Amino acid sequence: MTQKQNLPPKIRVRGLSKSFGRKAVLQGLDLELHQGDSLVIIGGSGSGKSVLLKCMLGLLHPDAGNIEIDGTPADRLIHREREEGRAKIGMLFQNAALFDSLNVWRNVSFGLMQSKGTSARESREIAIAKLASVGLAADVAELYPAELSGGMRKRVGLARAIATEPEILFIDEPTAGLDPIMGHAIDELIVACVEKLGATALTITHDMASARRISKRMAMLYEGKLIWDGPTRTIERSGNPYVDQFINGRPDGPIQGNLAGVD
Amino acid sequence: MGALRSLGRTFLAFLAAVGRLIVFALEALYRTVRPPYYLSHVGRQTIEIGYYSLPVVGLTAIFTGMVLALQSYTGFARFSAESAIPQVVVVTITRELGPVLAGLMVAGRVAAAMAAEIGTMRVTEQIDALTTLYTDPFKYLVAPRLIAGTLVMPVLVLVADIIGVFGGFLVSVYKLGFNGASFLQNTVNALMTQDVVSGLVKAAVFGFIVTLMGCYHGYNSRGGAQGVGKATTNAVVSASILLLCFNYFITELFFAR
Repeated sequence: MTQKQNLPPKIRVRGLSKSFGRKAVLQGLDLELHQGDSLVIIGGSGSGKSVLLKCMLGLLHPDAGNIEIDGTPADRLIHREREEGRAKIGMLFQNAALFDSLNVWRNVSFGLMQSKGTSARESREIAIAKLASVGLAADVAELYPAELSGGMRKRVGLARAIATEPEILFIDEPTAGLDPIMGHAIDELIVACVEKLGATALTITHDMASARRISKRMAMLYEGKLIWDGPTRTIERSGNPYVDQFINGRPDGPIQGNLAGVD
Repeated sequence: MGALRSLGRTFLAFLAAVGRLIVFALEALYRTVRPPYYLSHVGRQTIEIGYYSLPVVGLTAIFTGMVLALQSYTGFARFSAESAIPQVVVVTITRELGPVLAGLMVAGRVAAAMAAEIGTMRVTEQIDALTTLYTDPFKYLVAPRLIAGTLVMPVLVLVADIIGVFGGFLVSVYKLGFNGASFLQNTVNALMTQDVVSGLVKAAVFGFIVTLMGCYHGYNSRGGAQGVGKATTNAVVSASILLLCFNYFITELFFAR
């Protein structure tokens, strides 16, 4: 642990702010992630978790502050990678975001074919191996996303995210839309994949059971800032009333969220 | 005062939309000319836009040619100018109706389909996924459609021209009692290179406009199924209006002396 802290962080976020119109979603957020960390950011719906993730992916441009991944600004990283054919980041989307027009193996090997120009035959073999590692049989490879169940889509999405063997894995709501058993299985799969890759993982979720299973470290996002950050095992004793209310799912407490449906 | 304010707001919103569209178009063009190129996608879009539009465009053209001959006959008979029908048919079809009607039909077919497909990809995060998988969505989705639309539309209009004149020929010869050979002779005599060329230039511009509007509205669609539906409608309406608008200015460029 001490050795890790001496290395420069894998991801460094400084004073990140992002507003949409008058609504300030992120307000000076700071975060550091070291190689091999598995951080889960928890927070209510609409607390800005997705915005944070999109800023890190370079899909949204922050109003202020900066995000560095291995010392490179995040919004430039994805373009530079594209030019260099490097694969540093993998992303598992909430509903998998598989390409409808491509079959499963083409989906899984998409990043490989685009970044490294791998041949179709080789890509298919790699895709089938990746599918096996997420517990899917080879005959799934020829199916189209529309023919898959929610759990299978998620597995294919995970296979696609790890196909390029990224150093950093971003995961958006791993259990969204899945039954508890399937959600548990996906969580275990994610943990296994992250360990196998030796990747740094950042997950956002509001599912506490899932967050506990995946994370080594947890942080809570509230009103555009991280109000608590620490090892997962200490979250029960956080001493923070907001965190307490959230992890126990109590309707009353300091968080007077959007119960009335007002945004 | 309130009316004035809402008028101003609408006008500003309109200007902002025009600005966004121009930025989108320039960015699309810039990224289209830079590698990598997805040639297989261009091929697929060419078939989608060109080949599958043939029945619609062909039917439109043949009936337009037919009705043109019939209407001209009944109209021109009033001042005994029936012999001008071949000239009228070929000039009207090649200059105006071929490109415009083919363009409008393709706008309904292609712009709608593109907006719906790209819009669905947007709301299901597939476009974000492309970016995270080292692929520029402009180059992967937009560029092939723009290239295919611009290149294939003139071919489609050429086919429409031929079928349209053929429609006029059918009605003139089999209904109005023209001599087939002399109809064709008159058609060829009346036809000038500029008529066809101006029509094909229009076609290329229309192809660009239609695919651009399909891509633009799809790419910027927001908020689920409803947003995609709105994007589809907006794509068809704006493509049609812009097309008619540009039609006038290209005509002026070629023929106003």
